[in-house]
Amino acid sequence: MGERKGFIVRISGPVVFAKGVEDIKLGEVVYVGEEGLLGEVVRVSRDYFAIQVYEDTSGLRPKEPVTATGKLLVAELGPGLLGRVFDGVQRPLEDIAALVGPFVRRGVKVPSLPRNKRWHFKPTVSRGEKLGPGDVIGVVQETPLIEHRVMVPPNLSGTVKEVAPEGDYTVEEPVVVLESNGTEIPLCMKQEWPVRQPRPYRERLPSDVPLLVGQRVLDTFFPVAKGGAGAIPGGFGTGKTVTLHKISMYSLSQIVVYIGCGERGNEIAEMLKEFPALKDPKTGRPIIERSIVIANTSNMPVSAREASIYMGITIAEYYRDQGYDVTLIADSTSRWAEAVREIAGRLGELPVERGYPAYLPDKIAEFYERGGRVKALGRPEREGSVTVLGAVSPPGGDFNEPVTIHTLRFVGTMWALDTDLAYRRHFPAVNWLRSFSQYADIVERWWVRNVAPDFPQYRRKALRLLTVASEIEAIASVVGESALPDDQRLILLASEIIKEGFLRQTALEGEDVFCKPEKQYWLLKMMIDFYDKAYELIKKRVSVEEIMRLPEIYEMMQVKEDERGLEAVKELYGRVMARLEEIAKRHGVTLESKAGVIAGA
Amino acid sequence: MPDELLQYVVPKVGGKIYRGVREIRGSLLILDGVEEAAYDEVALIFGKDGRERVGRVLDTSIGTAIVQVLGDREGLETDTLVKLTGTTFKIRLSEDVLGRVFNGRFEPVDGLPPVLSGEMREITGAPINPVMREYPHDFVQTGISVIDGLFSLVRGQKLPIFSVSGLPHNMVAAQVARQATVRGEGEQFAVVFAGIGLRKTEAEFFLEQFRETGAIERMTAVINLADDPAVERLMTPRIALTVAEYLAFDLGMHVLVIMTDMTNYCEALREVSSARGEIPGRLGYPGYLYSDLATIYERAGVIKGRKGSITLFPILTMPGGDLRHPIPDLTGYITEGQIFLSQELYSQGIYPPVNILPSLSRLMKAGIGPGKTREDHRYLADQLYDAYSRGVKARDLARVIGEIGLSERMRRYLRFAEEFESKFVNQGFYENRSIEETLDRGWEVLSILPEEELVRIPRRIIEKYHPKYRS
Ligand SMILES: Nc1ncnc2c1ncn2[C@@H]1O[C@H](COP(=O)(O)OP(=O)(O)OP(=O)(O)O)[C@@H](O)[C@H]1O
Ligand SMILES: [Mg+2]
Repeated sequence: MGERKGFIVRISGPVVFAKGVEDIKLGEVVYVGEEGLLGEVVRVSRDYFAIQVYEDTSGLRPKEPVTATGKLLVAELGPGLLGRVFDGVQRPLEDIAALVGPFVRRGVKVPSLPRNKRWHFKPTVSRGEKLGPGDVIGVVQETPLIEHRVMVPPNLSGTVKEVAPEGDYTVEEPVVVLESNGTEIPLCMKQEWPVRQPRPYRERLPSDVPLLVGQRVLDTFFPVAKGGAGAIPGGFGTGKTVTLHKISMYSLSQIVVYIGCGERGNEIAEMLKEFPALKDPKTGRPIIERSIVIANTSNMPVSAREASIYMGITIAEYYRDQGYDVTLIADSTSRWAEAVREIAGRLGELPVERGYPAYLPDKIAEFYERGGRVKALGRPEREGSVTVLGAVSPPGGDFNEPVTIHTLRFVGTMWALDTDLAYRRHFPAVNWLRSFSQYADIVERWWVRNVAPDFPQYRRKALRLLTVASEIEAIASVVGESALPDDQRLILLASEIIKEGFLRQTALEGEDVFCKPEKQYWLLKMMIDFYDKAYELIKKRVSVEEIMRLPEIYEMMQVKEDERGLEAVKELYGRVMARLEEIAKRHGVTLESKAGVIAGA
Repeated sequence: MPDELLQYVVPKVGGKIYRGVREIRGSLLILDGVEEAAYDEVALIFGKDGRERVGRVLDTSIGTAIVQVLGDREGLETDTLVKLTGTTFKIRLSEDVLGRVFNGRFEPVDGLPPVLSGEMREITGAPINPVMREYPHDFVQTGISVIDGLFSLVRGQKLPIFSVSGLPHNMVAAQVARQATVRGEGEQFAVVFAGIGLRKTEAEFFLEQFRETGAIERMTAVINLADDPAVERLMTPRIALTVAEYLAFDLGMHVLVIMTDMTNYCEALREVSSARGEIPGRLGYPGYLYSDLATIYERAGVIKGRKGSITLFPILTMPGGDLRHPIPDLTGYITEGQIFLSQELYSQGIYPPVNILPSLSRLMKAGIGPGKTREDHRYLADQLYDAYSRGVKARDLARVIGEIGLSERMRRYLRFAEEFESKFVNQGFYENRSIEETLDRGWEVLSILPEEELVRIPRRIIEKYHPKYRS
């Protein structure tokens, strides 16, 4: 096949129009201009084709050449992804820095996976074996934390004709040769997959295990399941990035793929400073060894921002197929949607809502749909998951806008961040009245089995208490708190304790960065049991003021940070209960262990 | 005149000259019969009125180019000569830019000759590779208590002031420029000032401030006045930042960039976008306003292995005082915090009138603490913020139910808020407080509250810094 070369006819920002390649395909990768800038064909018509160029286009001129490659935009998959930082089209940023210095220059061509590095490959198949898509052919210790399982690509099968002996190979050297219908297919450790197509799997599995992130308000009240999808919308400065960073650092995920799309460079710098320093609690290894960062910051080309989401999720699926639980984080999907909008605008597509093209909801759906828990293709049997978490940055913090609205249709969990809470420095600023989790009922079973059978009651009661308290607060702000009846003041007191002692979790350092499920349970149990007993006392004519004076109230708000962890909570629990018994004794009443009623305002 | 201009705006003048413009639409010229104009290329436009202007190619195809005219477009006719220069917009840089004042086309307006030697740099800049960024962590002492104490600025940060017209944001910026130092280093900031759509008196105010303190020697100003062409406002901050990058990353200086008023920049962007017939986003601002602003603000930072830094202190006035307006909203989504000014405090005579509750410095945590400022800083700041927010709440409640309706505790917080505003926030325009003084003042106002209320501060810190234990 001769070279398929055309030429530029028009340049409009990141979109370039060209002609002269008859058989150009939609999605085909092309090199644009004398410098060979990377681009992808996004529209084909009879007389021209349009290219989304992934690098800055200034200086390009009409009539410069466009070379078609015949390939789709792919991710390079294989050992050498973990611990590294790529831009939106998978160019390794460290390598670019080594080549051209601290500023990203265009036209730099570097392979995604290192070509000269040798990996120690241990084959797991032998000659004569019949292999199908997804079968593991060997393993490589990619980092001390993660064993990389080299698989037959999803579209290939055959009989093993040759196997390389255990040893060190580059990603391009064949390690297995398959024979299929008389042709030889060499397999190496590197494979490619078109980023805009989901990788196939055998079957979908239910998402019924929580992804524990260690933030109480999320795990207890608004959990996300492994393989589920969650969105975290909020105005600027409400804590989306901090929350997602903490999840990428502390959550019990095996692999984390973090896509910084259209956000700040300094935030990436912060992660790259922290990840190598933070140790995985189980293995003691730095968590950078299980992480992959895609950084296409807000000042990098908009079209590469559009691609970054697909690049990230393809890499996540690849590790899922190896049998890992992967958490994929995208900060912020709104900036990605804006990139979609900008390219659509340059192509002259009809805007429907706030300038977004009509296919925006489909694109959002496709993205979140690529999450899930699955049984992977091939042998040995493997189960893996991709949990998708996306930040959403609604204009003016108002959720009534296309990206938020459509995102909420396709996710199971929403952590609604609230500007008022953030102003009060109540972090995580998750609004407990607006947030939801459709996984709560399912993963409750996990809590019942693994933590405590009565967890669901406590959870529900706490939510109810918070809801009622917010109604009472509205009244208190008009009449003053002291004008309220005692039972309502008790609700306010209990909700204060829950907000300060349970929901609020500063999460920057110390004991409280990750709260274990047992401790979450015991904290909540302490607070609700306190409420129930105090309620009984009030009904038996003890004044709320007397209860409010207990020094243990302040302790309940602080014990989450006690370095002794769960032990400190249990010890405090004992003391709180004893105090209430003392009060009861003093007033000559007996406490039955009845549940307190939460009366509405 | 043309020859002189060519010398410093354009390095090598090549390419062809075209005669005749098909259409003039606002600041846009539509040229036919153009062979191959480069995207973003600089064009020179020679009008029949004998004046000559600079333009940029915004859209190019075989046969047609759209050129945006910078500078005055009045008096242009379709019979005009247009020369494509073969290069994108670049400026010449050397140490000689210090002490100089330029306009939005980088022409000197201080009566001195243009910068003649040095390297040409593209004003759009290139993105800093995220892996090469050093996470900012050096505390900058501005000498303003409310900033240093509660919303500390660090080197390499972008921290805007959100204001409304009529408030003293320019004074705050000038005071920061005058007083900013990094402790223990003795070295001072170079200042790059970008005036965007400024009134003459405002521009004069800044220049006067710089002259007064001798800062003019280590300062470069790029000033686009209110009656200068609006489209040049799009170049002004980029020229300023290109100068800043040169000073910071080539010469190793710590550069503070003050840009005011970014709202004028956004208005100009809207104007150009609508002239091009682009699909408008919210309130007519283009959908790419976020990305466009990011290419400006993200030029702040510290680079691994380089000595200098760029710290950005932009000012914007919120149209209608509305925080949800796209300009402050999108800015807040890009910058690393924001400092709000408040009409209410200002009318009570408080300077700087910083609205505490919505203000934030996101990079503060890395810049403060033992060895940087003082060990009590973080706790004290948290406690002050928390106590003040209670005080404000008490004040709101008192407005509804009267002060006597407040509990004893609430009344105490109310008093705290008042003292905090008058003793801690309030300070003179020429008053330069060290961080120790700022923190000590914080403790002083905090001592109005009973010790049990100081729950955000560890015991050991209270015993070391609380006035009660110190005297
Ligand atoms: N869990 C937390 N604990 C303590 N502080 C927090 C927490 N979450 C957020 N913050 C504070 O809020 C600031 C802003 O948070 P963050 O950067 O996550 O906001 P964001 O929602 O990502 O904003 P943007 O949309 O502008 O990126 C942080 O710099 C920090 O000061
Ligand atoms: Mg963020």
